Formats: sequence, structure tokens, C-alpha cells
Amino acid sequence: MVSELTVLFRRRRTWAMLLALAAVPVLIAVAVRLATSPVAPGRGPPFLDRVTQNGLFVAITSMVVCIPLFLPLTIGVVAGDTIAGEAGLGTLRYLLVAPAGRVRLLIVKFAGAAVFCLAATLTVAVSGAAIGAALFPIGPVALLSGDTIGVGESVLRSLLIAGYVTISLLGLSAIGLFISTLTEVPVGAMAATIVVSVVAQVLDALPQLDWLHPWLFSHYWLDFADLLRQPLEWTSFGNNALLQGGYLLVFGALAYGRFVTKDILS
Amino acid sequence: MTSATPSVELAIETRGLTKRFGHQTAVDGIDLAVPRGAVFGFLGPNGSGKTTSIRMLLGLATATSGDIAVLGQEMPGRLREVLPRVGALVEGPAFYPFLSGAANLRRLDTADPGASSATRAARVNRALERVGLTHAASKKVRAYSLGMKQRLGIANALLVPRELLVLDEPTNGLDPQGTREVRSLVRSLAAEGTTVFVSSHLLAEVEQMCTHAAVMSAGSLVAQGTLDDLRRVGQAHVRVRTPDVADARRVLAGLGLVADRVDANRTAADRSAADRTATDRFGAPGDPNADGLLSAPLADGAVAAETIVAALVADGVRVRGFSVVGASLEERFVALTGEGFDVVQ
Repeated sequence: MVSELTVLFRRRRTWAMLLALAAVPVLIAVAVRLATSPVAPGRGPPFLDRVTQNGLFVAITSMVVCIPLFLPLTIGVVAGDTIAGEAGLGTLRYLLVAPAGRVRLLIVKFAGAAVFCLAATLTVAVSGAAIGAALFPIGPVALLSGDTIGVGESVLRSLLIAGYVTISLLGLSAIGLFISTLTEVPVGAMAATIVVSVVAQVLDALPQLDWLHPWLFSHYWLDFADLLRQPLEWTSFGNNALLQGGYLLVFGALAYGRFVTKDILS
Repeated sequence: MTSATPSVELAIETRGLTKRFGHQTAVDGIDLAVPRGAVFGFLGPNGSGKTTSIRMLLGLATATSGDIAVLGQEMPGRLREVLPRVGALVEGPAFYPFLSGAANLRRLDTADPGASSATRAARVNRALERVGLTHAASKKVRAYSLGMKQRLGIANALLVPRELLVLDEPTNGLDPQGTREVRSLVRSLAAEGTTVFVSSHLLAEVEQMCTHAAVMSAGSLVAQGTLDDLRRVGQAHVRVRTPDVADARRVLAGLGLVADRVDANRTAADRSAADRTATDRFGAPGDPNADGLLSAPLADGAVAAETIVAALVADGVRVRGFSVVGASLEERFVALTGEGFDVVQ
């Protein structure tokens, strides 16, 4: 496991993706800071209008911006690379001959992807909070329910949102892991994972497919606003966790079924 | 499994091992028997099913049918117990290009749950030293040459003491110096009692380091045994160098030997290059004094070599060269696998 993380975080690619994610809040904050006219409420991404009043909202706005594309993109790269990347390099056969054990390898690989999800969302949150604090006033945060919480509490809420988004991405990671066991071409697995995430969001946007929406892994992605209410509204958190858990089980099982019997010919 | 081989303990044994990909049969019912302590050469042209067999031995691919026993245990069923005792280099080395050589070895070592992390650094250093890569240990593998990667691959196989080493084309990409080092490494490992299973398409390599060999051709095992056994099946030849080709052939025929002129089918270009010097000594081609080379298969104990020479000389044949050439493995393998075999020059 430690070795897996070492390999993951010694790659320049991993750091490039985290840097790109960290750049999003910076871009947003700088753009808002430089804009002459105040942002009208309701224009642009949610919470954008609040950024000038409270820097802590940079993190939340950035999260909203990153969720549909940037985060799935980086997760797609990492999750798609898990098995296919090793197969592409040829190291998969040496890991298995070591013998790493196929199930153990899958678990470690998924855990590595999950850690990356957490790292990615934390990067956005931390970078957002930092740039927000640097460019805008920081103060008590007015919640969606109208209540106000202190800075300490709001940092806690930010971390909670990061946790929510991390969990949101686990379903996609499991799908990526499964796709990764199907091929020896890591780029293919990465692209397929990203496409799956885009397709899910497109389907989620079609009102004709109402019945399908609660089953899409991306359905609750943006529902973390509930964590900005007082008292805390855990329903969407719970629904999301349950749904992601379901995806994890199904695609984890598929990945297991595929990988355990697979001939490693790369 | 001991029933069929009561005397020798086998490191690898397969029965009817078969692998089909769709309609194509890559490995067709092979029965390998690799004795413990042997240096076993696994020979065959490219695409004859060597690597596929090795993949099945190591549990990377499942056999379509047939049984495998490695180190006395059934594979892939007992994979967890067997593989830590087996070091392998499969189809070329593969590493993370963005990690250093030593970091790569550490990574692959952690993959083995039985490998102790306390001794890891020391074992990695020793393995690197053994293949002469200590100076490049901290260099990124991206910057390694093919030969260095090959050495690193062998180092990986040596991270822990192994009972069996499976080396697939271990000298691929190595310079002559490196090839020699690998050969001596294999010998020293064998001397320590490790069984070494080397696949190769290079005959010379196998001839120089192996005690046993098996030959694959188009998915089937066509021969197997000790090197001496394999050689014995081949036939010795007498070679006669003489300008009196016709006379010599007649004399040989009188002794029951069917001679072929082995230099007759050389190409014009060959001839012009090779004979330019010969011309000075023996006259121009077509010259009655020019040398010809005859070769005839010599059945075991049929005619004594000295009898042949005496007969030739008695008949006035000008014998300028005479030799008895023992069967080479190369001839044997060409006979077994057909022409076009990818042999070392």
C-alpha cells in the first residue's frame, strides 16, 4: 500500500493534475478580484457572488466548478491507469509473479485511487481557502439556512464537503478500476472512464429519464449544499454514500470477476 | 507426480499442457520434465510457444487443459506457496521508468507479502551488486539501456534466494560482455543448487550453459533430455577437402558413404569473396586444381576415419583437408524445427 502510494505520488503526472486542480480556485479568485463590477447573484457558478464578501467561499465555488469535469478527469486518469497502466508497462506480470496476489492488488489499487480522490478534493479545498484568505476578507459564514457560523466551524464544513466529494468520486473510481482490467492500453481505460462520467451527467440532465436519475453515480455530486445548512442535513450525504457504495460493490465485483481469471499476456 | 519419475525430483513438470487462443493452439499438450538442479534450456524459434508456456508455469495465464507442478506443488492452485520460491524474468524486463533502479526493485519486492521489509534495502543492494548495477542504482530506469534493464530484471529475480529461476531470453539486448556475465551468473547460481530454466532461441547460449534442453516447435515439444542425449541423436559427418571431387565421391561411395559437395551451392558473391584468396593458392575456379569440399554423414562405427583416408589416398585422391565433425546441436535443432530457425550466426 505504501509502495503503491509512493509510485502514485512519485509520478510527475500526479503532481501536474493536483497542480491543475489547485489552479482552479486561484483562477476564480483572481478573476473575481480583478473584475470591476460586482458579481450579480445568480450569475456564474453557485456561491460565486459571495466570494467578495467572504474568501472562504472560493473553496466551495471551486468545488462546484471542478466536480463536473476536472475532478472526474483526474480520477479517470488515475483509476483508468490502475491495472491497465501496470499492464502497459509490463510490470503487472512481475507484480503477479512476486506474487502480489490478484485480489490484494485490486484492493491496493482501488485504495490508491481513493486516496487520490481525497488528495484531489483536499487540494481544491485547501488551495481555495488559501487564495480566498489571501485576496478577500474572511469572516463568519452565512449558511444557506440563514444561520451564521464562525470561521473554525466553516473550515470544518469545507472539510466535510471535501469528504462528500471524495465519496462521490469513489463510484467513478470503481468503474475506472473495472474498465482498467479490460484493457492493456491505459489511455483507453482513462478515456473510457471519463466518457462514462460525462455520459452519466448528460443522462442526469435529461428530464425524460427521471426514473434513471437516482441510479446515476453522478446524481448527488452537486448536492453537497445540504452540508451548508444548520442543522446539518445528512440526507443527501447518506443517499450519496449508499449509492457510491453500491457502485463500488458492483464494479468491484465485476473487476474481481474479470481480473482473477484474466490471462496476463502483456 | 513422483510415480512417473521415481529417481529424479522435478522442479517443473507438466502433463498435456495446452493453451488455445480461439482456434489457434499456442501450446499443444507438452510434457516438460525439468530435474532439480539442472540448467534447463528451453529452445524454440520465435513464436513456438515458449513464452506462453512460461506464463502458464507462473500462473499468469490459465492452461486450457493439462496439469502443472512447480517445485512439487500444483500450479496455479498453490501459487502463493510456490511463487515466492521462484524468481522470474518473463518476456523482457519491465519497470516504472519514472523510478530509479533501486526504487523499482523495492517496489517489486513489496509486492511479495513474504519478503521481509527489514532486510529489503540490503537485499536490493546485493541483487544490484550481483548484476553489476550498483553504480546506476539511483538512476531513473528511463535512462537505462536495454542491457541495463535486462540486468535489473535479473536482479529482480534474485531479490530473495530462490529454488527455481525462470529466465525468458535473459541475454536479449546484452552486449557480448554482458552475455558472458549472465552465463557465469547462471553457472554460479546452478552451483548453489538453484534450478535454472532458461528459454532462448540462441543455440550457442544454451549449448554453453545448459545441462538439459527441450525443443519447442509450433507449440509442441519435439525433443527433451540432457544435452548429451540430444547431441547423440544427431549424426557425425566426414568432411574432405580435395580438388579431385569426383574421384573422392566415388571412393566414399565405395565405402558406403553418400557424399555431397557442400561448397557447390554457394552464391557467386560468396564465391568471389571467399575464393579470391583461394585462387592464389589453388588456382582459378573451374581450375582442375581448385579445392572442393565434400561432406558425408558418418553412421556410428560404420567406417573408421583412418580407413576412409587410407582409401582416398590409395586411390590417388589429393586429400588437402579431412575432418570428422561431431553432431552439433544446431544441426539437431534445424532438423527438429525446420529451416528458418533463428540461430545465432
